[in-house]
Amino acid sequence: MKEKGWEEIPIGGVIDKAGSAAEYKTGDWRTFKPVRDEEKCTHCLLCWIYCPDSSILVKDRKMVGFDYDHCKGDGICAAVCPVKCIKMERE
Amino acid sequence: MSKVIALMGDQAAAEAMRQIEPDVLAAYPITPQTEIVMTFAQFVADGLVQTEMIPVESEHSAMSACVGAAASGARTMTATSANGLALMWEIVYIAASTRLPIVMPVVNRALSAPINIHCDHSDSMGARDSGWLQIYCENNQEVYENIIMAVKIAEHKDILLPVMVCQDGFITSHAVEGVKVYNDKQVKDFIGEYKIRHSLLDVDNPVTYGPLDLQDYYFEHKRQQSEAIKNSLKAIPEVFAEFKKHFGVEYDFIETYRLDDADVAMVALSSTAGTTKVVVNELRAQGKKAGLLKPRFFRPFPKEKIVQALSGLKAVAILDRSESFSNQGGPLFTEIRSALFDESKKPLTVNYIYGLGGRDINTEQIKSVFVDLEKIVKEKRVIESINYLGVRG
Ligand code: SF4
Ligand code: SF4
Repeated sequence: MKEKGWEEIPIGGVIDKAGSAAEYKTGDWRTFKPVRDEEKCTHCLLCWIYCPDSSILVKDRKMVGFDYDHCKGDGICAAVCPVKCIKMERE
Repeated sequence: MSKVIALMGDQAAAEAMRQIEPDVLAAYPITPQTEIVMTFAQFVADGLVQTEMIPVESEHSAMSACVGAAASGARTMTATSANGLALMWEIVYIAASTRLPIVMPVVNRALSAPINIHCDHSDSMGARDSGWLQIYCENNQEVYENIIMAVKIAEHKDILLPVMVCQDGFITSHAVEGVKVYNDKQVKDFIGEYKIRHSLLDVDNPVTYGPLDLQDYYFEHKRQQSEAIKNSLKAIPEVFAEFKKHFGVEYDFIETYRLDDADVAMVALSSTAGTTKVVVNELRAQGKKAGLLKPRFFRPFPKEKIVQALSGLKAVAILDRSESFSNQGGPLFTEIRSALFDESKKPLTVNYIYGLGGRDINTEQIKSVFVDLEKIVKEKRVIESINYLGVRG
């Protein structure tokens, strides 16, 4: 994303568009990346409940992967997974 | 239509605030500002204003409430002094950086310690880098008129910055003077309606105030603030012109008094300028070419006007009612001297720090400064640039 100059942005630090935080790719911050063993996953969705960055992707009530654009790699999902099917791998 | 009524400086401020009738006023009483809050609270209790008055538990909360109210689009005011301003500190910066046009009368009082309730400018001068505009008032009439003007200045689309309107604690805040008060409608017509661009309460167009702003954008926001201060030098004269149109009174960033043909002059803020005018008249009667420069605005710093007014003089004494502990003189001195530095023709400058903690400044002391200036002109040099006027040796 090309950063804007001082004349192009709203004054006072105001963000004049709702939901724009999604455009901020916090995935850049990650050192360790969660990787799931699909075979072992029971789709209990505990990881979905605990992920502070809403980065667990769910489809039809099934855990389908990670939103790596926003996952910061904190490892909470790996810690809470009851079947220990998430490993944190170095980027 | 106007009438002259007897008002203390604090009451003059409250009267202006009654006529402005801000949507929100959040304030905590502190000497010598107390009478502003007290008088305004009476107006609220008597139903004379519809203002939502928030009696907070501290100045930090007062300014925080003001920030919230102003971000919602409410015309917002508060008032404070000294340690109250110090307690607000964190939010004072946030108000300016968030570009919220809050107007705050500041009744100047010395900062502790030792504890002291009397006038000096250490409180507002400490906030000179906070991004607020600052107006200094000589008398109660100026207090009244500057507060009314401050609303329009703060809300000007090219400025959008908060404004402190400073007056000398007790010296004017508790002195009764005749104040020419305009009628309510005239004042309301002058200030007009205020419409915020991004209201926090506009649920159809939701916005975020106060987000995290790191290495990538913080600097750009600071650059915008510098630009707003620069813009204010162009925009404030529009407000002066409108004020003149509505009330027939002329204002400028500075006031000069018998300065045009002067050889020597004094620069002083607020009530000390009034005392100096008396001395200037006495010296003029003796044939001495003395004058006065009174900056009304310290932020924006009216550099061009000050340089233009002073550069032709032989020697200038700059009075500071606060100490910066820089060993380079008080804030008014260092900024004026720096403004003159690049001029090929400039006066010799000398600084006097005076009146700390409300120490009286009298005509004899001011006369002694003019005696020093004569000596400086004669010897063509300044022997001691930083002097303390009225302190016991
Ligand atoms: S917590 Fe573990 S088992 Fe449960 S859905 Fe997430 S990855 Fe699958
Ligand atoms: S590592 Fe943290 S941020 Fe990434 S998916 Fe797991 S819980 Fe969410």
